[in-house]
Amino acid sequence: MSDFKPEELLAATICRLVLDPSQPVARHVAVGAASPIPAAACYLAQKLGYPIRLSLLARTQGNPFTDGTRELFDLTGQGRIDLFFLGGGQIDGQANLNLVGTGEWPGRGVRFPGSFGSAFMYMMVPRTILFREEHSPRVLVEKVDNISANGVSEPGVFRRGTAQALVTGRCVFQFHPATARFSLASVHAGETVASIRAATGFSFDVPAEVPETPAPTAEELALLRGAVCDEMLETYPEFCARVFGRKLAA
Amino acid sequence: MAPPATLTQLDAMAAQVPNGAQIAVPPDNSLPSVAMAKALIRRGVRGLRLVGVPVSGFATEILIGAGCVAEVQTSAVSLGEAGFAPRFSAAVREGSIRVLDATCPAMHTMLQASEKGVPFMPLRGIIGSDILAHRPDWKVMNNPFADGGDPIVLLPALRPDFGIFHAAMADSRGNVWLGRKRECATIAHACQRSLVTVERVVEGDFLLDERMASGAISATYIDSIAIVERGAQPIALLDEYRTDTAFLLDYARMAKTAEGFAEWCAIHVFTPRAAAAE
Repeated sequence: MSDFKPEELLAATICRLVLDPSQPVARHVAVGAASPIPAAACYLAQKLGYPIRLSLLARTQGNPFTDGTRELFDLTGQGRIDLFFLGGGQIDGQANLNLVGTGEWPGRGVRFPGSFGSAFMYMMVPRTILFREEHSPRVLVEKVDNISANGVSEPGVFRRGTAQALVTGRCVFQFHPATARFSLASVHAGETVASIRAATGFSFDVPAEVPETPAPTAEELALLRGAVCDEMLETYPEFCARVFGRKLAA
Repeated sequence: MAPPATLTQLDAMAAQVPNGAQIAVPPDNSLPSVAMAKALIRRGVRGLRLVGVPVSGFATEILIGAGCVAEVQTSAVSLGEAGFAPRFSAAVREGSIRVLDATCPAMHTMLQASEKGVPFMPLRGIIGSDILAHRPDWKVMNNPFADGGDPIVLLPALRPDFGIFHAAMADSRGNVWLGRKRECATIAHACQRSLVTVERVVEGDFLLDERMASGAISATYIDSIAIVERGAQPIALLDEYRTDTAFLLDYARMAKTAEGFAEWCAIHVFTPRAAAAE
């Protein structure tokens, strides 16, 4: 059965990574601006019964931060945010992120918006899930042109964590900080190890068996389209209209 | 009602900003004064050094497009759902503005140092990022309280000449109210002068009302107030009006070229208000 949208598969997949029992428990998860799929994944975890405090930076009504956006960084500095999401215009094989731009600094080729909080958040949260829908050699590169946030640090530099995984529109990679390499964890339906290799600019490890990314269950789909969408309508109206076909009552 | 001593007209407020001034501006989720950005464009100010707290949006984008800006210090410039900021991107490509890239908590921290009147503050993270390599004004030292090692970044205090933002209202004493958008309080505390546009002025004193006081900025920090209805538009104002995404998408389309931007300005910046109203 494939009666679901790609966004629903990605949300369910990210939800499983958030709940991964081999990882430290995510009690408080923050989601940055323009991240409806990670937000949907976290709401799904909540609706499945996991007690996660979810702070959406972009929330227009009931925003969790009453002391300005610096409160997110202050919380994170203290270690009170367990999990965050980051992406990048370029992501390389060592999990370095480029949100600045291509070419010479500060992005004289194609300028991206900028690094936002990445240079801090990536080092200060115990877990980061990297997410980028576009999976192509121009995004997943061997070496980023500019480093907004580095995947691993020199010994002796304070750092709580790094990438747990990289989720794309084609697959899930797991990140191994000790070797600073990705391995292929699962491929989405329709993809193969060969098709992932062809679409990826960096080298990565491939285990003997690579499973297919599990489809969302009927329960997950019902929650995404119902209770999760209810939570997201105010903050992400366009996403909810496009993916779930629902609009906020005027 | 007696207006507060600081109440002025928008264009008179814009006239207070000299060429080359350093100006702190909040992002699109935290009450930029788009009205003031337009007034500065009409005035033809040049060489502004903008500071995004902690990122920059529509106000910064149109000031860059109009040639008012020499430098932007920020963690990002974006139009949110309307995508990349086209005039900012073009200016970076052409090298016509100086961009001092930062990361969000560093912008807050540099202003917090000014709030406290200390010369610098430390911040974790950043070490290993190319941002640091391009910021010779940011230093790394070993934590003096550790037993050796533990490098940490030191950020200099940032004290812009002006803070410019929009608020829902001012009271008769010159206090302004903007709810939980406390970036603007940091801006007002850290900048030498703050120029604020408001939707309206109301009788009374927010500081006497426990429910209003926590969302207010004391008149101590506010130098000038001008009434501009819908002064954040097309950006949202709290729960009073929403972001006009269609307007921003239309802008992003027109501003792909310098000519398109000039045409947009002719309609939305230089045309008298009555004619430009939707």
